[in-house]
Amino acid sequence: MRTRQWLEAIAFISPALILIGSLVVFPAIQTLMLSFFNEEGQFVGLRNFAQVLLSRDILDLNRFPRHIPPWGAIPHNAVWILLHLPLVVMLGMILAVLLRDVKGASFIKSAIFLGMVTPMIVGGVVVRYLFDENAGVVNAFLRLVGLEQLAKSWTAYPDTALLALILGSVWLWTGFSMTLYSAGLATIPKELYEAAEVDGANALQRFLYITIPSLRPVTLTVVAMTILWELKIFDIVYTATLGGPGGSSTVLALQMYFLAFRALKPHLAAVIATFLTALTLIIGVWFVRSARRGE
Amino acid sequence: MRLRWTRLLVYLIAWIVGLIWIIPFMGILVSSIRPHSEIVHGWWQLSKVHLSFDNFLKAWNHPTAPMGEGLKNSLIVAIPATLLPLLLGALAGYGLLRIRFPGRDMLFFLIVLLLSIPQQMVAVPLFRILLKVGLLDTFPGLILTHTAWGLPWITMFMRNYMSTLPVEVEEAASLDGANRFQVFYKIVLPLTLPALASVSALQFTWVWNDFFMALILLYNPHMLVATQRIPLLRGQYHIDWGILSAASMLITAVPVLVFVILQKYYIKGLVGWTMK
Repeated sequence: MRTRQWLEAIAFISPALILIGSLVVFPAIQTLMLSFFNEEGQFVGLRNFAQVLLSRDILDLNRFPRHIPPWGAIPHNAVWILLHLPLVVMLGMILAVLLRDVKGASFIKSAIFLGMVTPMIVGGVVVRYLFDENAGVVNAFLRLVGLEQLAKSWTAYPDTALLALILGSVWLWTGFSMTLYSAGLATIPKELYEAAEVDGANALQRFLYITIPSLRPVTLTVVAMTILWELKIFDIVYTATLGGPGGSSTVLALQMYFLAFRALKPHLAAVIATFLTALTLIIGVWFVRSARRGE
Repeated sequence: MRLRWTRLLVYLIAWIVGLIWIIPFMGILVSSIRPHSEIVHGWWQLSKVHLSFDNFLKAWNHPTAPMGEGLKNSLIVAIPATLLPLLLGALAGYGLLRIRFPGRDMLFFLIVLLLSIPQQMVAVPLFRILLKVGLLDTFPGLILTHTAWGLPWITMFMRNYMSTLPVEVEEAASLDGANRFQVFYKIVLPLTLPALASVSALQFTWVWNDFFMALILLYNPHMLVATQRIPLLRGQYHIDWGILSAASMLITAVPVLVFVILQKYYIKGLVGWTMK
């Protein structure tokens, strides 16, 4: 009986495990190893890390934070999270609440969700198009409201390229948070609101003391998934700016690609990959543990 | 009376936001069906409007990066890279749920952790492994990569879904003499059809939309998938927004179609995938 259990388990699970093991786990371990060795195969400890993480493309302390970008990939990813995360969480929640009982809401929701379905590579094209000096609708709008001095190709200037990408990524990703919040709202019992209304709570109070606390587990999910997405951001940067101009909109994932496949320095690229993975694992473990505690 | 005004305000805000969100897509749509001369000063200028499918033809047959070929390649990759992990993930999810063996929970936790790893973490060794076994720059190489990459979340998703199914039916079937595979194939699999629909919709969209894996694993100009061709259509200095828009429409149409057809399962999959 015991052997049969084992054989059955192996038969069901092994095809998946073999593929995951050989094409995900094994390469990941190899990347980790690479980051501690030099090209001659000698163990160099943390020397690769010091060399890469303090390089100008990754963390430029001469420019960050006193000058305009380029600041290096780490500050760029950090700024991305600082701007994108609160915007996406707030917009998603507010939109979900607003659209809960609006006629035609499903159309608006679909329009917002379209960004989630669109390939990110197309998202990059759209961002560049939106902010184009002559053909871009954002600049046309800025001219219309008298902000002539801001009308330029945002992706072509170091002071605005990163910001344009971040704003574009808000447009692409808000569908995710809105959809999760909409699903979360549907699970809040109506009686809660009715009871609060009887007690004289106004709409704002109901939102603050019922909606937001009830959506806590959803917020946890949205925050974790959004940070992971922001850390891994690659495609839209690749099509919209390729990290430019002059590295002013580069991010960690893009620098890893450049080091590995353009500069052909796999050991240094492995450092960025390992660093990035450490960050994502922290978020992943934090999320799993908080989600379990909440159950 | 006051209530009516707030209601009107909510409607107004909702529709304005909806409009803001749709404008960038409108830009792509309108630019793709109008000639170049009409959109260089803004696709929203409607003083004279000519509609034509020229941009689509040019994108489809583009000399350096024909989108027609790219879309075909994307299908060749995305269909098997959806079906294969679907089958293997359902098997593994069932095995992890119903068969008790030591280290099962640990294994499951490790699989969950794999979900947060970035693709960059496997890039260089994956390239070397596929080169060594002769699968670099081939469709099977990319298909297997997407399969392996999709398996952790699909396994987890299927296991979670199956855990909501009543185990009594399975037990009755095994008492009647059915073995594990028969129980899985005849009883469990039909019950998981909604989950299979969710997984197919999401996995297909992600593989179709993927850029990074294709970028590092496919090099032959005739084998590039659709996403790889978008950056090639964009000249460094002169950008033909019409052609680029048409290509964007073509490549986005497929996942949008999947979304429209499987909308219910798509949303359920996304919500279930992240909330469990």
